[in-house]
Amino acid sequence: MQLTLWTYEGPPHVGAMRIAASMTGVHYVLHAPQGDTYADLLFTMIERRDSRPPVTYSTFQARDLGGDTAELFKTAARQAYERFRPDVMLVGASCTAELIQDDPGGLARALALPIPVVPLELPAYQKKENWGAAETFLQLVRALAAPGARAERSASVSSRPPSCNILGATALGFRNRDDVPEVRRILERLGIEVRVVAPLGATAADIARLGEADFNVVLYPEIAQRTADWLKRTFGQPMTTVVPIGVGATRDFIAEVKTLAGIDKSFGREQTRLPWYARSVDSTYLTGKRVFVFGDATHAIAAARVASRELGFEVVGLGTYSREFAREVRAAAAGYGIEALITDDYLDVEAHVASLQPELVLGSQMERHIAKRLGIPAAVISAPVHVQDFPARTSPQMGFEGANVLFDTWVHPLMMGLEEHLVTMFRDDFEFGEGRAPSHLGHAPAPAAPAEVQATESPAAAAPAAGSPVPWTLDAEKELRKVPFFVRGKARRNTEAYAGTRGIALITVETLYDAKAHFGR
Amino acid sequence: MSDAAFLDHGTGPGCRDVRQERGQREVFCGLTSIVWMHRKIQDAFFLVVGSRTCAHLVQSAAGVMIFAEPRFATAIIDERDLAGLADLDDELDRVVGRLVERRPDIRLLFLVGSCPSEVIKLDLSRAAARLSTRFMPECRVLSYSGSGIETTFTQGEDNCLAGLVHEMPREAAGAAPSLLVVGALADVVEDQFRTLFAGLGIADVRFLPPRQGRSLPAVGAGTRMLLAQPYLAETARLLEGRGARLLPAPFPFGAEGTTAWLRAAAQAFGVDRGRFDAVTGPGRARAQAAVARRGADLAGKRVFFFPDSQLEVPLARFLARECGMEPVEVGTPYLHRQHLAAELDMLPAAARIVEGQDVDLQLDRCRAARPDLTVCGLGLANPLEAEGFATKWSIELLFSPTQGYEQAGDLADLFARPLRRRALLEV
Repeated sequence: MQLTLWTYEGPPHVGAMRIAASMTGVHYVLHAPQGDTYADLLFTMIERRDSRPPVTYSTFQARDLGGDTAELFKTAARQAYERFRPDVMLVGASCTAELIQDDPGGLARALALPIPVVPLELPAYQKKENWGAAETFLQLVRALAAPGARAERSASVSSRPPSCNILGATALGFRNRDDVPEVRRILERLGIEVRVVAPLGATAADIARLGEADFNVVLYPEIAQRTADWLKRTFGQPMTTVVPIGVGATRDFIAEVKTLAGIDKSFGREQTRLPWYARSVDSTYLTGKRVFVFGDATHAIAAARVASRELGFEVVGLGTYSREFAREVRAAAAGYGIEALITDDYLDVEAHVASLQPELVLGSQMERHIAKRLGIPAAVISAPVHVQDFPARTSPQMGFEGANVLFDTWVHPLMMGLEEHLVTMFRDDFEFGEGRAPSHLGHAPAPAAPAEVQATESPAAAAPAAGSPVPWTLDAEKELRKVPFFVRGKARRNTEAYAGTRGIALITVETLYDAKAHFGR
Repeated sequence: MSDAAFLDHGTGPGCRDVRQERGQREVFCGLTSIVWMHRKIQDAFFLVVGSRTCAHLVQSAAGVMIFAEPRFATAIIDERDLAGLADLDDELDRVVGRLVERRPDIRLLFLVGSCPSEVIKLDLSRAAARLSTRFMPECRVLSYSGSGIETTFTQGEDNCLAGLVHEMPREAAGAAPSLLVVGALADVVEDQFRTLFAGLGIADVRFLPPRQGRSLPAVGAGTRMLLAQPYLAETARLLEGRGARLLPAPFPFGAEGTTAWLRAAAQAFGVDRGRFDAVTGPGRARAQAAVARRGADLAGKRVFFFPDSQLEVPLARFLARECGMEPVEVGTPYLHRQHLAAELDMLPAAARIVEGQDVDLQLDRCRAARPDLTVCGLGLANPLEAEGFATKWSIELLFSPTQGYEQAGDLADLFARPLRRRALLEV
């Protein structure tokens, strides 16, 4: 049993819904009690979808449990077929139906519907949303991908341009909607034909054609890695390994697809401003800003790379809730000399952020919330999604335009260089005051800042920040208050670490400045 | 589903034709009521014992709106619990221990049952008794079911309040009559009613739920109970079992509903007519004026209710009688014929009442009826808007202060706004 205040991922059947809702002609019949229909609002409200997700629920109640819940499921499946006439049907159980063991797959088979029916086994007490989406996509592809497709590819290999599929984009994915056109543009500019994009926007017939392409582009490994592995084993299609988030990764991605496609065409001019913006002098103030990164594995790993190598931040924390990709995230974290945080416990993440006192948090909406409470600037880089993650404008994360978006989104919450200096020089200015937010953000993190000040003053609240902090004299505490709030946490931590390593029992004003000299760049 | 029977009941006062439907529902389960109950009872914490789906549901229904640390959480049952590798009682004790340690300010902890906990027959009442012994007097532990196989949406509040009824102290024998208002109301509404009752000379007014879980009102033979919400079947039944007497009344929506509701109390407490009119007159006039201001937007418009909160019948009555709307269909997940008797009598005869749901059939009827305004849940609202229907998402009707005189105009405005908005937009 796990105590959960907030969860990063829904149950696995929600992942299956995301696959069904991504495609056309696919209908999902879910054996579930009435409350489970809440999941529809994820699509209709968060994503502002203009139609109901293609899901029919059997809606059993307590009084049905002694009776024939299996019959209810069969009726639901039969009526869903008659009403929606899908090309393929997914059938499965939600957590409660899993317990009553009605076997939706067997029941649906008994109906002998004239369409492919794909039974889903999604263990709800073991697995989560992204796994459910990955498994559903894999089972759909296994059921529908036509074995003949590969033969067709071999037959026409010389007469056609190189081709690929784009795999992994789904409904409710973080900016997937805008990433796909961006990546497609890159591929087409290289003269590579995009055969199928799946699951987002695909039909059952598209899935059947997957084997015709020369290789697969895996945009989101959480969703598409297992399917791409299967396609490789079955059709011999190689796949990409680089996710094109950031300028460097996009260049690597271009190099990788050129190899896979066997072409040597120049990409030409990159429509990117990030490299210049990062070099322009006003970006100097970004140097070494301490950043905490958390999200799904794909976005977290990519964000850490961009933060570190393209914006000159220091990555002080990196983690993921995608346990399936813990190994990859651990390896990435090791590259920054830190240990990865692998957890789906929101409270662990909160404690970690509080102890690191970063200057910028890059995470999901949940980390944005943590950062807001701690008075730290934040930007959102990953699902779980919020209605704000579906902006009206095009806002990709991938490709060169995606990198431009990252620059704006991550730098915007920070205080700009000259302003930061002025605040440092004139911190007693009555209009600056304590905890002043960047002026262009109006009221943004300011209301939370006093809480941060209080927290650092109360030993109990500060306790998570350090194992056993060395006590401070009153004067030293006062002096620390003169340090601008956005680096105060760092100053406190550095001073305590300095005192700790030197066996100093009480921190004085002297210790504070000794530590400053010691750590000073 | 669609071939399931629907029955027509006989006609008569409070007993009109009701179509019953059985099929796919598009209604939240009772866990959702935690979203407002945890704000209402400020020293209470709600711990759902369920699956990841339960956690995701409460978070999805509430998370977008609540940014303070919530006073609700989920103890997620996992594989080890189901396989018997972990003792469920021990696990629950451990989770509750961690929670109480983290939130020492909690005085009342609800263990909330869910579909999975019901299906595996986890006895939460026994667990609550055990944990209460451990944490009393600092924290009392109670349990109720919010499971989707047993409750819809607002029935979660009913079960929660029913759980509190057992804990209410017994009123001393021979105590003077007191008024108990049952059902969560916005604090501001509660305060307004308190003032009105004081004006009427009804001094001893108590509310269930109280704002602090540790100060439960007493109940006994002198208790006269007025339901503020139409979905409190079980709570009312248990209160009657403890001696309280139900004052039948319409629900306090609009000038008319609020007046009739207050009058039920006034009559039970022997308030004379002159005083009643003097005290309620100004509020009533304000409410009528405020509703009239929105009247132009609503008059003559046809409204279609999908089932959601069980507020549908009283709301349809308000829209029909005070706003001049024509209810085409009034869907409700469950219809309590006795508590809604007065409401049903006031509803226009032409309004089709449907209890239960088959969402696909209902969508067919809605499309055929082409109402001017459709009231529905979050899963249906945007799709219907995209089909050209003006919609009012019904959850807002629960999350906004809507009862009483001073809110009557706001209530009308909640329905008028989607229509006004459509008229405003040029693109």
